Amino acid sequence: MIRFEHVTKQLGGRNVLEDLSFEIVKGEIFAIVGPSGTGKSVTLKHMVRLLTPTSGAIWIDDTEVSALNGSALNNVRGRFGYLFQGGALLGWMTVAENIALPLLENTKMSKDEIAKSVDEALHLVGMGKDGDKLPSEISGGMQKRAGLARAIVRRPEIVLYDEPTSGLDPVTARAIDKLIQNLNGELGITSVVVTHDLQGALLISDRIAMLTGGHFVEVSAPKDFVATGQPDVRHFLDAQFISKKGIEGI
Amino acid sequence: MITREPVYTDEPASMLVSMWRRLMLGLGEIGAAGSLTAQALTGIPALLMSRRGRSEMMRQLYVTGIKSLAVVTVVGMFTGMILGLQVGLELRRFNQEIYIGSAVMVSLLREMGPFMSGLILAACVGSSMAAQIGTMTVNDEIAALEIMSISPVRFLMTPRMAAMVVMTPMLSFYTCVLGVIGGGIVGETQLNVPWDKYITMAMNIARMRDLYVGLLKALVFGIVITGVSCYEGFTTKMGAVGVGKATRRSVITSFLLILILGYIITRLFYDL
Repeated sequence: MIRFEHVTKQLGGRNVLEDLSFEIVKGEIFAIVGPSGTGKSVTLKHMVRLLTPTSGAIWIDDTEVSALNGSALNNVRGRFGYLFQGGALLGWMTVAENIALPLLENTKMSKDEIAKSVDEALHLVGMGKDGDKLPSEISGGMQKRAGLARAIVRRPEIVLYDEPTSGLDPVTARAIDKLIQNLNGELGITSVVVTHDLQGALLISDRIAMLTGGHFVEVSAPKDFVATGQPDVRHFLDAQFISKKGIEGI
Repeated sequence: MITREPVYTDEPASMLVSMWRRLMLGLGEIGAAGSLTAQALTGIPALLMSRRGRSEMMRQLYVTGIKSLAVVTVVGMFTGMILGLQVGLELRRFNQEIYIGSAVMVSLLREMGPFMSGLILAACVGSSMAAQIGTMTVNDEIAALEIMSISPVRFLMTPRMAAMVVMTPMLSFYTCVLGVIGGGIVGETQLNVPWDKYITMAMNIARMRDLYVGLLKALVFGIVITGVSCYEGFTTKMGAVGVGKATRRSVITSFLLILILGYIITRLFYDL
């Protein structure tokens, strides 16, 4: 569904991504982990062409997204939902107005239909009673959930999550993880999760990729990921107190 | 699409290459800001056609016009008073202080009205635009709009542009009116020029052409302030520091362009 072909991205005189090739299949939860500054978010941004590769190509099914512009790009972006690190809600609009925005701007749905869709999205993320609040009136975790509601309100085929649990307490982080898993199951969407939170990634993902030095050093299922002997992965696992036996629940 | 990537990624090989790159980057920035401005201007008819667009424009008219009114009132009044006092003191040496109305009116209509209102709007409204859009850029809100297939230029810049196109000439005219009143107060109270004579002299010298050229200048200033401020906002990088830099650059660039374009328009419409 999403395919990177020999993608290299140069930023600030260095290759953030270097000859990166991989494929994400329809319906899976694919997690990208790795230390800070290794290009995880850069990888995610390439999928919706917020960044353009220096060389290589990115395909969404049969469309080369890295070569698109204008309405063709908008059509491809319409297939995506994107949860940003901070939620990226517009501060002067209420939560419900934020969620309604993509429907108001891109569809010919009636006000009632939009209100119903917004209500459904809010209930899916467990914020049924918070639609009238401004982003400044809710917590960071709730902002992320509201951002997630906005990302899924158009029923996208693919949702990209950029650090969905960063800065959250462990309980809220696990709730967000559960939410990602539920949305994947209920709506049948493909999910790409960029995270530092290895425990969360191990719990929810079908495959985990470790990005270091501009390319993946390991791509495998969670059980194989924790058992690998790859030194960078082992170092990363050790830093989060995850042994070869894994963590409870895997 | 808002560009958020560096054009050059490697270090320049020599000083000559570095200077050439700076020139190219500068020209590129002018081109990009011009392109955004053109997109925002051409989007105004569509904005006026939609209910949400009109409502957003009304909000921006309030922010641009009504919220600037207090500052414009004080600046307009005191600009007229200073002009009246300075000109009046010189004219009194020749017993010609009766002409202060003419001098104040011509100065305000041709130059000081649009110039002062332009500076105030660049400082108050332009800086606020750059800071708000810059903050949205660093918080990924602009990227979020793009991913939702919502053009940030149409959604954020066009309503601001429409509001500035309407409000800058109106505030310029308002500055002129208050300036003339301020000059009259100084004439009446400090230079013994009766109010009716002051107004008569002022109205005798006023030409519609001066008013039109002044309003044209204000219109151009409004477009430039919005174009520069929104461009700086959209291209903000590096968090809070970047927002500060974008705000500063928007004010400085707007001030410089107001001065330069003010001179060019004056030169075009008035023969030596």
